[in-house]
Amino acid sequence: MGLSHCAIANALPGASVVAVCDTSRYVCSVLRKYMGVQTYSGYQKMIEGTQLDCLIVATPTATHFELAKDALEKGLHLFVEKPLTLSAAQSLRLSELALERKRVNQVGFHNRFLGTFQQAQSLLRAGALGTVTNIHGSAFGQVVVKQQGSTWRSRKAEGGGCLHDYACHVIDLMNFLVGPPTRVSGARMQSIFSNDVEDAVSAVFDYGNKMSGILETNWSDDTVRKMSTTISVHGTNGKLVVDRQELKLYLRSGCAFGSYVEGWNTSYSTELQKPVPFYLRGEEYSAQLHAFFTAIREGNLEQENSFESAYQADRVLELIQEADRLN
Amino acid sequence: MTTIDRILFGDNQFFGVNHMSEEKARQQLIRFKDTRSILEVLDVAYEMGIRTFMCTTHDRIGEICDHMRAHPRRYKDFIYYPCMPYAHKYANSVSQVGLLETIQRFSTGGVVNTLFRGAMGAATRDIYALMKLLVDAEMKRFEGLNTPVIFVQNVVTDLLLGLKLYPVFAEFDRYLRERYGAEAGFITMNLPLLMDALDQVGLENPIVCANINKIGFRMCGGVDGYRELLRARRCRPIAMSVLASGAIPAQEAIEWVCGLEGLQSIVFGASTAGNIRQTKELIERCWAPQQQVLPAAGKR
Repeated sequence: MGLSHCAIANALPGASVVAVCDTSRYVCSVLRKYMGVQTYSGYQKMIEGTQLDCLIVATPTATHFELAKDALEKGLHLFVEKPLTLSAAQSLRLSELALERKRVNQVGFHNRFLGTFQQAQSLLRAGALGTVTNIHGSAFGQVVVKQQGSTWRSRKAEGGGCLHDYACHVIDLMNFLVGPPTRVSGARMQSIFSNDVEDAVSAVFDYGNKMSGILETNWSDDTVRKMSTTISVHGTNGKLVVDRQELKLYLRSGCAFGSYVEGWNTSYSTELQKPVPFYLRGEEYSAQLHAFFTAIREGNLEQENSFESAYQADRVLELIQEADRLN
Repeated sequence: MTTIDRILFGDNQFFGVNHMSEEKARQQLIRFKDTRSILEVLDVAYEMGIRTFMCTTHDRIGEICDHMRAHPRRYKDFIYYPCMPYAHKYANSVSQVGLLETIQRFSTGGVVNTLFRGAMGAATRDIYALMKLLVDAEMKRFEGLNTPVIFVQNVVTDLLLGLKLYPVFAEFDRYLRERYGAEAGFITMNLPLLMDALDQVGLENPIVCANINKIGFRMCGGVDGYRELLRARRCRPIAMSVLASGAIPAQEAIEWVCGLEGLQSIVFGASTAGNIRQTKELIERCWAPQQQVLPAAGKR
């Protein structure tokens, strides 16, 4: 997906892509010719040989740590695709390094830039559901629907698999909405068609209070056209169901909240989503890079999706793997 | 030069694309799981005089093409505007097997041969050859049918736009004219930016299709920017997502869009005879015959 990051970054106002590093000579030759950018086959040469403000890293996850560390040490602001690394300890180290160097640090958990999920978070923070008791997060999609695969996504060592590539989005959203769990009390990672990686992940979360959570993801589901992520939250005052397009809020009798009435309330992304200056594939992709560039310009280190919050997601990914090993 | 019909029929409703509700999308997928049920709706639209069908190069479109090829007399005025590529097909494949194998999988002939066709410069050679290869693969299913305009889907148009690969737009148009006797159309969510890019590569009076709706849903450049563009610039625009996925009531949405100076065509999708008739009648009522004029000479 590096190409679409490149296109969006290049099209957003106030930013321009000046250098690209890619292992494909073909991609490099086309971009050099038409975009007029300098191209490199190794990132070290690029960050040493070019005047850059920031770096966008969209490489296989296993390469993130070293790349990010080198870029931060060079003093670059950094946007890294999700998940941040394959180890919570490494993610924490990167987060500390970014803070030490005062560099803007952001991870590509793009769902946090969708209007529906943002509205869900505001409602939960404002207490619209009363005390939250349960959260259920799911994602389904048709990534691996038959037995084959030869990209890094099918290799565990490089960060492939449903857990790091798919479930991490749902985990991050659940963290975004109710905070991270304290414990994973059970988990199961199942292969359906893949040899080296899991195609489905289920887990039960504990939040150290009366709240519990369930995660359910499966990327071998060809009944959905594209990745479909849904979160439902139950509280003492009602229930909320949210996906990228719709937010449905049910409020119990006597629990009306602001403009939200008792019973079902539905809002759509057409009203909740803020416009973006350039659209490619979804508002959230432009919105997250726009926020990153704005944070750099304003010197704001408190922007959404920091390395610290991505570390929280990576920590849950590790807890899930540990719980699975106990099975 | 192709004159675009005033009212065109779209296909999102057939393939589970709904920008408002995933549940509604699922219901539509179930309702149209059988190609026969899609043909029934197309027949209704065709009988009401809507003869242009803007369709994604989805696998199931092939079955519709087969049916129409088998009944040429019945569908003699039927026009396809293929919109390519069906991106999810490629995206799913690229993440599964990688880019190279995806090209192998979808191409019609030998990849190596095709990559070295033509006599352009080294760097441009492969990108144009790749484009032609994918166009040929997508067009195979439309053989023998009337396809005067062939669109690039917004996901590709806008990717090329962001990467500033503008010459690909001109080459696409040139190739379609030469190989298929067709004109290029461009679907975009960034119409003002696209018009500037097409200008730069010398594509005059281009066929463009963009979201155009009262609430500015997915109109990068804003409602006022679009209004001004339609009024002042020379292009053949088609408005889509006029109802903003149902966020605007039909009558209000259509009255607004039909009042835009310079807008010539609307594409809409519907699943029932009642909805098709209602939308068509609304558009026709709002677009009184005296307003149906082509853009004035002297427009940029």
